[in-house]
Amino acid sequence: MPNTINIGYWVNRFLGRFDGWLLAFSGALAVLGLVVLYSASGQDMDRVGDQLRNIAIALLVMCVVVHLSPKWLEQIAVPLYVLGVLMLIAVALFGQVRLGARRWLSVGPISFQPSELMKFALPIMLAWYFQKREGRLHFFDFCVAALIVAIPAALIVRQPDLGTALLVSASGIYLLFLAGLSWKLIIGMGVLAGASLPLAWSMLHDYQRQRVLTLLDPAQDPLGAGYHIIQATIAIGSGGSVGKGWLHGTQAHLDFLPERTTDFIFAVFGEEFGLAGNLSLLVVYLCLIGRGLYIALRAATPFSRLLAGSITTTFFTYAFVNMGMVSGILPVVGVPLPLVSYGGSSMLTIMIGLGILMSIHAHRPLVQG
Amino acid sequence: MSVALRDRLQETREFRLRLGLIAAFIVIAFAVLAARWAYLQVSQHAHYQTLAENNRISIVPIVPNRGLILDRNGIVLADNYSAYTLEVTPGKLRNLDATIAALSEVVEITPRDRKRFSKLLEDSHSFDSLPIRLRLNDEEVARFAVNRYRFPGVEINARLFRRYPLGQRAAHVLGYIGRINDKDLQDLETREESSNYRGSDHIGKVGIEKSYEKQLHGVTGFEEVETDAGGRALRSLKRNEATSGSDVVLTIDIKLQEVAENVFAERRGALVAIDPRNGEVLALVSVPTYDPNLFIDGIDQANWDALNNSPDTPLTNRALRGAYPPGSTIKPFMALAGLTTGKRGPSSAIHDPGFFSLPGGSHRYRDWKAGGHGVVDLKKSVVISCDTYYYGLARDLEIDALAEFMAQFGFGRPTGIDIENEAGGVLPSREWKRKRFKQVWYPGETVIAGIGQGYWQATPLQLAHATATIANDGLLIRPHLVRAIRASASGAEQQTIKPLATQLNVRADHIAFVKDAMHAVTLPGGTAARAADKAEYAFAGKTGTAQVIGIKQSEKYDEKKVAERHRDHALFIAYAPAQNPTIALAVIVENGGHGGSTAAPVARAIFDYYLLGKVPGAAQAEEEPEDAEHD
Repeated sequence: MPNTINIGYWVNRFLGRFDGWLLAFSGALAVLGLVVLYSASGQDMDRVGDQLRNIAIALLVMCVVVHLSPKWLEQIAVPLYVLGVLMLIAVALFGQVRLGARRWLSVGPISFQPSELMKFALPIMLAWYFQKREGRLHFFDFCVAALIVAIPAALIVRQPDLGTALLVSASGIYLLFLAGLSWKLIIGMGVLAGASLPLAWSMLHDYQRQRVLTLLDPAQDPLGAGYHIIQATIAIGSGGSVGKGWLHGTQAHLDFLPERTTDFIFAVFGEEFGLAGNLSLLVVYLCLIGRGLYIALRAATPFSRLLAGSITTTFFTYAFVNMGMVSGILPVVGVPLPLVSYGGSSMLTIMIGLGILMSIHAHRPLVQG
Repeated sequence: MSVALRDRLQETREFRLRLGLIAAFIVIAFAVLAARWAYLQVSQHAHYQTLAENNRISIVPIVPNRGLILDRNGIVLADNYSAYTLEVTPGKLRNLDATIAALSEVVEITPRDRKRFSKLLEDSHSFDSLPIRLRLNDEEVARFAVNRYRFPGVEINARLFRRYPLGQRAAHVLGYIGRINDKDLQDLETREESSNYRGSDHIGKVGIEKSYEKQLHGVTGFEEVETDAGGRALRSLKRNEATSGSDVVLTIDIKLQEVAENVFAERRGALVAIDPRNGEVLALVSVPTYDPNLFIDGIDQANWDALNNSPDTPLTNRALRGAYPPGSTIKPFMALAGLTTGKRGPSSAIHDPGFFSLPGGSHRYRDWKAGGHGVVDLKKSVVISCDTYYYGLARDLEIDALAEFMAQFGFGRPTGIDIENEAGGVLPSREWKRKRFKQVWYPGETVIAGIGQGYWQATPLQLAHATATIANDGLLIRPHLVRAIRASASGAEQQTIKPLATQLNVRADHIAFVKDAMHAVTLPGGTAARAADKAEYAFAGKTGTAQVIGIKQSEKYDEKKVAERHRDHALFIAYAPAQNPTIALAVIVENGGHGGSTAAPVARAIFDYYLLGKVPGAAQAEEEPEDAEHD
C-alpha cells in the first residue's frame, strides 16, 4: 500500500521539524498559565477558553513557521525589514490612534501593530547583514548595524511605545554583541550611555519619568502606579515559602491586584505557590532558554546562530523584565510574562519565535565539524 | 583558504564565548530575582503576611465634590445634593434575582428601577457597587437597617448626586455626567488620570460637563486605613484631603436662553447668540432638547428609546453639529467678497430678467421671484435678496477665490469653541470636491454656491460667528462658553479663555456698506421688514431659505409627513443694535418655510428681551390669544 507509506513519510517529515524539548517546556508554561489564569480571573472559564483559543491560533501559526527554512528567511530578510520600516512610517503618517498612541495600521477589516512584526524583522535583517559581511567586520559595519536598529526604534518610540522600542532595540543589541562587537566599542558605548542619561531623562514624557520615580519610592503615588507595586509586593511576600495554595490567594481575589490576568499574573502565582513555585517557574524558564542557547550553539550558519541567540535572549528579557517589575526591582513597563500572561498577540509573537528556533534546529548540520 | 577557515574557527570560538557570557548574565539575573523572592517571601514573610491577612492597610479614596456650573449671572445650572442609595454588589450575591425580589418587600423597587438597574448591570463589572434604588427616605433607610442582616452584599450609602435644577433648559450646553464605562476607563488610563478617579462613579459625558471635566472633577484625596480581615476600618493612619472641583461660570445668560427656547415652541431648530465684542456665547439653543437628569444614573430603556428613536433627534446638538445650507444668509458675505476683490463696486448694477445662464449654456438658474427684480445694484441685491445678482458674482469670483474669502469668516472648519464635538461644515472648492468625491468641479456648481446652496453647509454656530465678525467690523473673535473658572475653596476667579482675535483683511468702508445694506433688510422694502415692525431700536439682518434636497424613498408613502419634513429650512442672521451692536445671532427653524416670516420673528423676540427686557410670551398671549391655536 504505497499510500500509507507516503502518508507516514509526510507525517514524519512534518513532525520531524518540531523540537520536543522546546515543545515540552513551552507547553508546561502555557498549561501553568491556564491554571493561574483560572484562579486570577476569579474562576472564569470563559477567560480560560479565550486563552485556549489564543494558544490554538498561535500553535497553528507556529506549525507554518516551523516549515520555513532559515535559507528562506535569509532571502526575505531585506524585503521584510523594508516592509516593516515602511509600515512603521505609514503608522506615523496615517495610523489609527487607540488609547492615545498611534500604533495600529488598518488594511480593510484587519488591523495590526507593525511594531510586532519588527520584533522579528529586525534580528533577521541584522543576522543577514552580519552573515553577508562575515569575516570582514569593520567599525563601519557596526555603524550600519546601529542604523538598522535605530530607524525602527526611533519610529516606535515616537508612537509612543517605550516598552516595545526598548525590547526591539534589545534584540538588535544582543545580536550586535553576539556578532562580535569589539569590547572597546562596548565599553565606549556603555560610558556614552551613562553620560547621556541626563539627556534621555529630559526627553521622557512626564508620565514616563513618574514611573521611574515611583519605582524608587512607591509610597509617593499610592493610588496610581505605586499602588500596583505595593500590592504586588504584598501579594508575593505574603505567599511565603510554599504559598497559600491554588485559588486561595487573598490579595488577588479581594480585588487588590490590578491587571492580575495580564501583566501582573506573576503576583497571583507568587502568592498562591510561594517561593517554591517561583523557583520552579524560574527553572522551567531556564530550561527553555538553555535549550534556545544550545540551538544557537549548534546552528549551521552564522545567520542561524545569530538569529537563534537573539531570539532566545529577547525571550529571556521578556521574562526577566516582567518578573522584575512585578517583584518591584524594575520599573513598570507593559511587558507580559511570556507564555503565561493572558493575551493573544504576545502568545502569537512568542510562538513564532519558538517556531523559528525549531526550524533552525531542524536544519542543523548532522555531523559536527 | 586556510586563512578564511582559521577566521571562521576564530569567529565560532568568539561566538561561543559570547553566548557563554550571555548565559552567565542570564543566570546572574535570575539569581537576583531568586534573591529578591527569598527576601520577600522568607525573611520579610511575616511582615507581608500581617499586611495581607490580619491587618490590611487599605487606601480609601476620598472623592472630591464636583464643581458647580453657573450662568453668567450666578444662577445655578448644575449642582449636587446628598441622598441615600440602596446599592447591590452583584459579584457578592448568590442569586441576584432572588435578592432583588426579597429587597422589594422591604423597600419599594419600581419596574423602572429594575430596568435601569439591568442596563447598568450590562456595562459594569461584577464587583462594582450598583444603585438599585436612589433617594431613599428616612423611613426606608430605617426599614432596611433592621433587615440588613438578611442581605449580605447590599448596602446603604450616602452619596452626592448631580442635579440639573432647570431640567432641559440649556441641556445641549451643559451636557450631562454618567457612570464611568469601560471606554471612559481606557481614556483615563491613557491620560494617566485613572488614579484620580478611584472611588469616582461618574464622569462628564457630553457638553460642558465633558469639555471641562478636568476642572469640574477636582483632585481625589486618600486615606490610609488599617482594616481587619473583614475589611472593617480600625484606625486612620494618614489622610490627604480631596480638593473639590472648580465651579465653571458660563457666558450663557440663562434667562435669554429660556426666552429663546420658548420662542421655538414645538418647532425644531437652533439659535446661537454671541456678544460680538468679546465672543461670549449668550445663548445656544438646539430644540427639541432633553432632560439631562435622566442620564446621570443610567437612563431606563423606555426613555432612551424615546429619545434615541425620535425623528426629531433631540439628542443631536443642532447648534454645533447641524449642517445646513446657509442659503441667502451668505449674500452679505458675498457682497463683501465682491467689494474686496474689486469684482463689484457699490454701484455695480445688473438688469435681472428672473434667471441667469452661463455663457453657451441653456440651463436657467432661476431667481426666487419669477420675472425678476428689474435693475438691481449691490445694496438692493442684499435688501431684496436677488439670486440672479449672486449667480453672476459667484461666476466672476470663481469658486476657489470664493472659498478662500469665506474661509476667513470661519466657514468650512470648526470655530474652536470650548465645547466638545463641534462639526466643521463644508466649504466647497475644487480641492475639496476632488478629495471628497474624486470628481472635477463644474461651473454650474459655482453658480449655486453664490446663493449658499449646493455642497455648502454651515452650522448655526458658524453662521452666528461670521455674523458677529461683520457686526464687529471684521474682528474675528473665537466664540466661547466659559467666562471663568472659580476654585470653590478660595473663590478666586481665574479667567479661562483669552479669546483669540484676528483682524480680517477687509476695508472699513466695504464693511460699512454691507452693514448698511443689512440694516436696510429690516426697513420697509426689505425681506425682514415685517419682523422689525415697530421695533424700538434699529437692527440689521439677512434672511435665508435652505432647500431640503432629496426625498428618502422609505418616506414616500406618507405624503403628509414628507410634505412637512421636506419643507424648506428658514434662516435668519442678525445683530442689534445696528450701531454699536451688543448681540449677534443666527436662527434656523427646520422646515419653517421662509426666513423672513418664520426665523426673523425669533430673532426679534431675542432682541426685545436682551435690549429691552420684554418677555415675549406674556405680551403675545394678551394681544393675540387666538394665535396659539393657529400654530
